[in-house]
This record gives sequence, structure tokens and C-alpha cells, in this order.
Amino acid sequence: MIKFLTKGILRDRSRSLIPVLVVTLTVAMIVFFQGFLTGILNSMFLDSAVVSTGHVKVTTRAYEEESQLLPNDLALLGSQQMMAELSGQYADHFWTPRITFGGLLDVPDEQGETRAQGPAVAFGLDLFSAGSRQIEIWELERRLVEGRLPAKPEEALLSSKLADRLGVRLGESVTFIGSTMHGAFTTFNFSVTGTFNLKMGPVDKNMMLVDISGARLALDMDDAASEILGYKNSLYYEDEEAVAMRTDYNLNHSDSTNIFSPTMLALRDANQMGMMVDFSMAAMAIMGAIFLIIVMIVLWNMGLMNGLRRYGEIGMRLAIGESKGQVFRSMIVESVIIGFIGTVIGTGIGLGLTYYMQEVGLDYSEALEGLTSTNIIMSNVFYAQVTPELFYIGFIPGVLATVLGTMLAGRAIYKREMAQLFKELET
Amino acid sequence: MQNSAVVTINHLLKQFPVGGDYFTALKDVTLSFARGEFTGLVGPSGSGKTTLLNIIGGLDSPTEGTVDVLGKVLDNTSHGDRALLRRKHMGFIFQSYNLLPVYTVFENVELPLILNKVEEKEREKMVKEAVEWVGLTDKLNSRPAMLSGGECQRTAIARAIVHKPELILADEPTANLDAENSHHIMKIMTGLNRELSTSFIFATHDEKIMAYLRRIIHLDDGQISEDERIEHPQG
Ligand SMILES: Nc1ncnc2c1ncn2[C@@H]1O[C@H](COP(=O)(O)OP(=O)(O)OP(=O)(O)O)[C@@H](O)[C@H]1O
Ligand SMILES: [Mg+2]
Repeated sequence: MIKFLTKGILRDRSRSLIPVLVVTLTVAMIVFFQGFLTGILNSMFLDSAVVSTGHVKVTTRAYEEESQLLPNDLALLGSQQMMAELSGQYADHFWTPRITFGGLLDVPDEQGETRAQGPAVAFGLDLFSAGSRQIEIWELERRLVEGRLPAKPEEALLSSKLADRLGVRLGESVTFIGSTMHGAFTTFNFSVTGTFNLKMGPVDKNMMLVDISGARLALDMDDAASEILGYKNSLYYEDEEAVAMRTDYNLNHSDSTNIFSPTMLALRDANQMGMMVDFSMAAMAIMGAIFLIIVMIVLWNMGLMNGLRRYGEIGMRLAIGESKGQVFRSMIVESVIIGFIGTVIGTGIGLGLTYYMQEVGLDYSEALEGLTSTNIIMSNVFYAQVTPELFYIGFIPGVLATVLGTMLAGRAIYKREMAQLFKELET
Repeated sequence: MQNSAVVTINHLLKQFPVGGDYFTALKDVTLSFARGEFTGLVGPSGSGKTTLLNIIGGLDSPTEGTVDVLGKVLDNTSHGDRALLRRKHMGFIFQSYNLLPVYTVFENVELPLILNKVEEKEREKMVKEAVEWVGLTDKLNSRPAMLSGGECQRTAIARAIVHKPELILADEPTANLDAENSHHIMKIMTGLNRELSTSFIFATHDEKIMAYLRRIIHLDDGQISEDERIEHPQG
């Protein structure tokens, strides 16, 4: 019987084309939006994780309390050992120490007088260790505008915005003016080997990047770190897992009576990120539901019209001895076939579009560079992302909506008296 | 099965609700059809011919009275049982042929056999046999759109007889056909009636059909006004 029905569907294009088309289009849209949203959110999570939060990070309770002030006097001590412990305990993450520090950058002229001066936020990253993935995840090679990456502790990269503002050229040296972790006034000379642009809006407005060894020299922070950041090896943020990990770690390692005890934070604990995580999940669920309802209503109506056109057929089938239930079931089987065909084609199209947007991306630079807030870390180019779930996500709404739509339409068969259906044969 | 009657009807009353009232379509109909009969229900429009056929076919149910078809009292059977009875033992032919447009002649005729879960090999044999009866062997793979009205109706007849039913109900089977095709079809059906002893009940007001009938039941306003036997019908 299924073979018989499939033959009919394939031949009667006029009857099956529009439902298939509706399913195809909506499924393609679901797949594409899902891919696009996933891409944007994942890149947003990753950008945020790379620049500030990690997927998880460990710091002292005291540092966390005042983290806005970059209070390196409250930094983690014995970072080497802590790194080793974290790597041992959570092997599916990689861990990296970081020192974040703020101060003034002074650019001297030939006489040593100040030529330009301005505030800077510096990141001491682990650029040099073998196996460190910092250069990879910061995509520094791609984001380098001029020059080369630092090779020595005293070398630094400036964001091109900061370099332009201070009028610094490659090879020149800049003086960092600030305080050590022990609160003492300090100056330290960095030589500028290159400039970079993160293309994430205004986050890198005042940014300087150095190796953590340079930061340790400048701030007298031997074996200390502001934070130790952890990243999932796959670079995908898994909210539930990160939250569970942070809860578990804090239960075992954090001591609420000791402000210098370590504490772990998940990406969602950072400013606004929790909201983003929740938003992303809600957005996907709502989108799915809306599409489901739209497809269902459209197909319901189409099913009704089809049903009307097919009363003759239905009456004839009742006459040759199908029961109402059989006719109803065969309509459902037809709708499953139609939903399936539409979903397969739609998934193909959606994946194609998603793949295209994954490779090409949507450039938002101008809009984002105009923003002044540095709170939201967001890439200027939106990339979609092809994930495994895109291959099956369309089937749920695609087939379900077709079947539900047909069931609603098919109720008419049950409501109508058999003799009434039969009457329509006469005309 | 008493005295080999295919259908026995006793004091049948059929009323349709119309507004708050009832419209009486059939009144005190008592009838029986023997095996192998070739009978017509004849009467003016609205006299209740189609209603009676539908009740015999189990597509509609009586308001009062009993209807016994092929040994089953229809009142006591479920929708499913009645569907089974139709599927196995009855064939229907309509004024409009009700062929499925996307299927070929072969597939249209095959459908009742698929429903009866006949095996594919056996199906092919039975379909070919039925199509041969109606003389459409050369059109097996045509779609209804490519057939003439007469050919469509012959396909519908093949569909009605393919599973060798005991009883065929035909409602105005010639109404859409010209004289030549009407005679052709009536000849096919008298042939089937003779060779396979299939019982036929027609509803009609077509003079051409009446010439072939061996029994004519006249309906008037829902009542039997005359039950006429014809000794030497044409055909
Ligand atoms: N479902 C229904 N509801 C109300 N009245 C009905 C219904 N079906 C039939 N009738 C009425 O019952 C009467 C008999 O109808 P029926 O269709 O049996 O006539 P008929 O003899 O077949 O006529 P025709 O030659 O025009 O086909 C008609 O007056 C019709 O209007
Ligand atoms: Mg009628």
C-alpha cells in the first residue's frame, strides 16, 4: 500500500508539489537560522571566552570581588602548581595563566620627553610556552595588521587603534607606568613589534598584548597570575558542563572564610553572558515552535482543500471497502512521505546556505565599530556554523507539522457521515 | 442463507433529518433479490433509488426495518465489518467513474486487490482477466485522462469485478455515456451476469438499461409501486 501511495504522490505533482515546497522552505529556514544563530552565538561565546572569561576561569575570591579594578595585589600565587592540578583534574580542558593589568603608556621622543601618553589595558598571555594555544585562539597571526609577534618578554603588540592614537611606529619603545603587585610604583619599557586588530568592535581600543613573562617582570609577579583560564579542547562552550564543573570545583577548593582561596567561574557567570546563554536557548526554542505552528496551519489548510478535492476519491475508496480509519491512515502515511521528502530537500538547501555563510560570513564591521561600549565582545563578521544537529533538526517540525496538519484536516472525514461523503460522488 | 437470497429487506424505513423535521426517503420497503438476478430500481428523480442502493451497500443505515446482505444482518455489524463485506463481496459502479487520475488502468483496477492483500503475482493475473472482460487490454498502461468516457466506465467496471464479488451495485452507470457506449457496457454486464452468476442491482432511469433488465422494481416517492419480471429481455 505504501508503494502504491508513494507512486501516487510522485506522479501527482500538482497535489504534492505545494506541500512539499512549504515543508522544504520552512525546513530550509529552520536549518539555516539555527545554523546562523549557532554560529553567531558560538563565535560570540568564543570571542568572550578568548578575550575575557574563558569557558571557565579560576581566580581568588578577592580578585573576583574587585575584578573591575584589575587588583593584581589579590592575584593567584603558585600559578604553576595550580595549572598542573587543573590540567590533571580536567583533562578535556586546556588551561592558561593570564595577567591583566592597567596603567599609562608613555611614548618618549628622541630627548626622552613625553611625545604622547594614554591609558592602556594590557594582557599578559602565555605566548611562548610550547603547547600554549593562545596564539591560535586569539588568531593573532590573522589579526596582525603590521609587524610580527613578540619573541621576547620585553616585546609587545599594540592594537592598531591604540598605536594610531599614540602615534607609535613599529620598533619604537613605549613605557608602561603603573604599580607592581605589591603596590610599588613601576615603569617598564616594551618594544612594539607589531599592531593588531581584533575586529570585535571597541574591545581593543586600549589594548596591549605581551607575553606573561614580560608582565611578570613589569609587575614583579613571579609565579603569580590574575586568572587561570580554561577552555574546552573543542572550543565549544557547553553551558551545563561548565556550570557543573564550577559548582564542583568551588565545593572542593573554595573556602568562603578565606578571601585568597581560589574560586571558579563559568562563562555564564560573567557580565551579561548568562543572559546571552539563556537567550540563545530560548530563541532557538521559540523559533522552532513558531515554524512548527506556521507549517502546521498552512498544511492544515492545504490538507482541507486537498481533502475537498479528494472527496470523490475518498468516497470511492470507502465504497470499495476501505474503512474510514484506513483512509485516514493512508492520508497520514502520505503526509509522512510528503513531510519526509520536503524535509530532506529543505535540510539540503538549509545546509547549503549555512555552509555558504560559514565560509563567507556577514560583515558587520561598520555598525559594530561605531559602538562605544566595550562590554559586549562580538565579532564583526557573523559566520554561520554547520553543526551535526542541523542534519536532523528539521525532521521534527517538518514531518510532525505535516502529519498534524493532515490529522486536523482528516478529522473532516470522521465528522462527515459516510453517506454524505458518498453523496459527493454523485456530482 | 435462506433460499439463496443475496439481499433480503424487511419493512425498511429511511428518514433523513431536515431542519428539525424528518424527510422520509424510503417507506415500508420489503424486497428480496435472489442470486444471479439482473435487476433495476427505476423511478423518477428523488424517488429513493440511490438511498436504497447505499443502504444495501452498507454505506448508509436504515431508520427502521432489517436489511440482510449476503447472510449478514447489517444492523448488527460494525463499520469495519461492513467495509470488509464490501471489500470482499461487493462491487460498486457510479455515474461518475471515480477513477484515480494519477494511476493507470492497471493500477486503478488493482486497488481493491491491494486492499484485500492479494499477492502481487495473483493480482496481476486477476487484473488482466478483469480488463480483458471489459476489452481494455490495449489500454492497461493509460491514465484515465487519456481514455474516453466509455473506456473510463469500463475501467470502473473492471475495478468492480476484479475481486469476483457476488453482488454489484451500479448507480446510473450509463448516465454520462452515449447510446453506443451504453449498449456496450450493458452487454459486458449481462455477459458477466451470465458467466459468473454475479448479481447486479442497478439504479437508473435510462430506457436503454431497462431493455436489458430481467426484473424492474418501480419506486415512487420512496415506496415500491410495481415489481415487474421480464421473460425475454434484450441482450
Ligand atoms: N443525506 C440526506 N439528507 C437529506 N435528504 C436526503 C439525503 N439523501 C437523500 N435525501 C433525499 O432523499 C430523497 C431520495 O434521494 P435519492 O438520492 O435516493 O434519489 P434518487 O432516486 O437516487 O434520485 P436521482 O434519480 O435524482 O438520483 C431525495 O428527495 C433526497 O433529497
Ligand atoms: Mg440517485
